[in-house]
Amino acid sequence: MTAPLLSLDRISLSYGEIDVLRDVSLDVMPGEFVSILGPSGAGKSTIFKLLTGAVAARSGEIRFAGRPLAPTDRPFAFMPQRDALMPWRRIIDNTTLGLEVQGLRRKQAHQRVRPLFEEFGLAGFEQHYPHALSGGMRQRAALLRTVVQDRPVLLIDEPFGALDALTRNQMQIWLEAMWLKHRWTIILITHDVREAVMLSDRIHLLSPRPARVEQTIAVPLPRPRFSHPTARAEAATIETSILDFLLSPQIQEQQGQLP
Amino acid sequence: MRGRMLRNHAFRALPALAAASSLLLAWEIYCRLSGISETTLPAPSQVLQQAWLNRDALWLNTVPTLRATLFGFSLSLVLAFLLSVVIDFSSLMRRALFPIFIASQTLPLVAIAPLVVLWFGFGLLPKILLVALVTFFPMLVALAEGYGSTEREVEDLLASMGASRWKRFWLARLPSALPYFFAGLRISITYAVVAAIFAEYAGAARGLGIYMLNAKNNFRPDLVLAAVLVSSLLTMLLFSATWAVQRMAAPWIDGTSRRRP
Repeated sequence: MTAPLLSLDRISLSYGEIDVLRDVSLDVMPGEFVSILGPSGAGKSTIFKLLTGAVAARSGEIRFAGRPLAPTDRPFAFMPQRDALMPWRRIIDNTTLGLEVQGLRRKQAHQRVRPLFEEFGLAGFEQHYPHALSGGMRQRAALLRTVVQDRPVLLIDEPFGALDALTRNQMQIWLEAMWLKHRWTIILITHDVREAVMLSDRIHLLSPRPARVEQTIAVPLPRPRFSHPTARAEAATIETSILDFLLSPQIQEQQGQLP
Repeated sequence: MRGRMLRNHAFRALPALAAASSLLLAWEIYCRLSGISETTLPAPSQVLQQAWLNRDALWLNTVPTLRATLFGFSLSLVLAFLLSVVIDFSSLMRRALFPIFIASQTLPLVAIAPLVVLWFGFGLLPKILLVALVTFFPMLVALAEGYGSTEREVEDLLASMGASRWKRFWLARLPSALPYFFAGLRISITYAVVAAIFAEYAGAARGLGIYMLNAKNNFRPDLVLAAVLVSSLLTMLLFSATWAVQRMAAPWIDGTSRRRP
């Protein structure tokens, strides 16, 4: 078995008095699609903040490619909840934001993203402003902005939560297809159990706050799952067992203790 | 398409035009029927007629007012921008300076205008300073609030990309402030003309303010009102100009604001 690309080792973190993460340990293999699934307010987004350096852990260690992660290392490209597209930038300039921050000239950055517009279903919309795009297109633009940063790991935070059910499904199908083609290493944060099951190789299940990894569930289903004859039925079984677990008295009790 | 848009605009302006014309008409009728002296209340027709007859003098006095307005407003914009950046980057400076800015807004113009003229003479400088004093604070507040309106997620995103504080300001906070900036611009520009006229009222060689004062002293309310008409037109012109500038500089604002609830 190969070594993990990223591992969190007994990470604890608190905001003032509030314990947010307690001994969170999880790992991510190269090219793996991993989900972090947990109830709202469990501290899922905090894990991303930790990885992008916005907050610091009280204890524990993050290792990337076998070495402790230095504060200046940025092996992650982050896609925030909602799309965070800048309304004043045209779509093409939104997608090159990360490259510009890295110091690339606008023209070079444009050259780099332009060939990708077709694949992301955005061809012809380069010069549009975000408000002219549909929710699904905005999410694809946001993902393009994330991918072109060319970082080893993509951190995607509840990307489809604000979309309508149909569009959300289409986006999930599309994301799986894109992942099958590119094999990015992805960590997806979600509270949508079905989304986690349909997309991930493995699911790290978080407990309510203070979060720890309650279970890690492998999802060894054939892909592409949305069009596979048996994968959907099997996914439904896994989904049910995860829901049963999340709704079990033991977990519910912990949630009940929350302020 | 374009013809229809124009027709739509005309249609939308109709109620305003109708209301304004009715008011003017009522005023005109009152003046004619009541027999009120024209040195007390001149009819709108007389004001228009006198404005036309005195167009050269009016124009001669409009130019200095416009100059004072534009220079003063430009000074105010530069100052407001620089200071807004300072207080955005340093909360210490914000705490130190903001009370002073607020205090500057409490100075009554009636009292301060003659003093500023006393200190800086009858030339352009005191007018510029007074216009700047009046318009500076709304612009500063607009910018400061605008920076603060930056979406949390956009800042997180930039931070995750490794953007410095300065880059975050340049790429996110400053553009986020543009809608606020233009809203502030529209408010301040209407104060600016009034402030310039007030400054001239306190003492000037030429300008709409001093023109009004002289007309009043000569018992010519028709000329006072003619000058008022010119200053209103000036304000409306500048006000429209802010829309034009916004459309050119930040065409995206229209689209986004329509989508906001």
